[in-house]
Amino acid sequence: MKIILNNSEVSMAGESFSVRELLALMNFTFPMIVVKINGRLVRKEDYERVFVGDGDNVEAIHLISGG
Amino acid sequence: MKSKLQKLKGTCVGIAGCGGLGSNCAMALARAGVGRLVIADFDVVSAANLDRQYYFLDQVGQKKVQALGDNLRRVNPDIAVEAHDLRLGPDEVRRIFKDCQVIVEAFDRADMKLMIIETASEHFPDKFIVAGSGLAGYGNNNDLRTRRLGSLFICGDETSEVTEDLPPLAPRVAAVAALQANQVLEIVMDDLEPANGEDVWDE
Repeated sequence: MKIILNNSEVSMAGESFSVRELLALMNFTFPMIVVKINGRLVRKEDYERVFVGDGDNVEAIHLISGG
Repeated sequence: MKSKLQKLKGTCVGIAGCGGLGSNCAMALARAGVGRLVIADFDVVSAANLDRQYYFLDQVGQKKVQALGDNLRRVNPDIAVEAHDLRLGPDEVRRIFKDCQVIVEAFDRADMKLMIIETASEHFPDKFIVAGSGLAGYGNNNDLRTRRLGSLFICGDETSEVTEDLPPLAPRVAAVAALQANQVLEIVMDDLEPANGEDVWDE
């Protein structure tokens, strides 16, 4: 499948991935991440039950401690 | 430009956290002429804060919201400051920021940053959130940037985490705070619209 991740096209072997799986595959390593799929925020508690499929537009940004 | 600046007078901005990001961002907004700020923090000013936060030595021991309100009014006596001395959770965020057009996320902890982003996405789909992420250390000017996800803006380098070896230092903290304040001005003065469909995923 192909998705758009942070404005870049990414090809992946597989039909769909949970948000949790996708973040691990894409090396998002910090514990807090903002994730939007097609413009909608995915809550952290929903990372296992929301799935990403072909054509989805995924935006993911690390939230880093410090303020 | 004059009429755009005039819009700031009628604008209410929320500041969630009054540490390095919040105190510096609030001060920039006050100088630019924002009419009303809703500020919130539970902490008191400590001597260790003075290396990067907009407080003074004689304010050590004061509540941050009190001290910041005083400092803002010393710069801009016309500003209305609504100060909340409390620890913010989802309920407090919904209550105290409901009249703000824009909310500046200025927390220290990453889990708090996510909390306010999730709360605002669910309950404040029409409000912009301007968050800070990644500001520790020094140098690397050109790594600081702003990214937009619908009604959410994130300012910072998105990588440098505050640790014992990489403390938050005044220039970079203030730089990210200024990026946030600058983004608030663009939202207000150019009447930016939150993108459609900015709700929370709910199957």
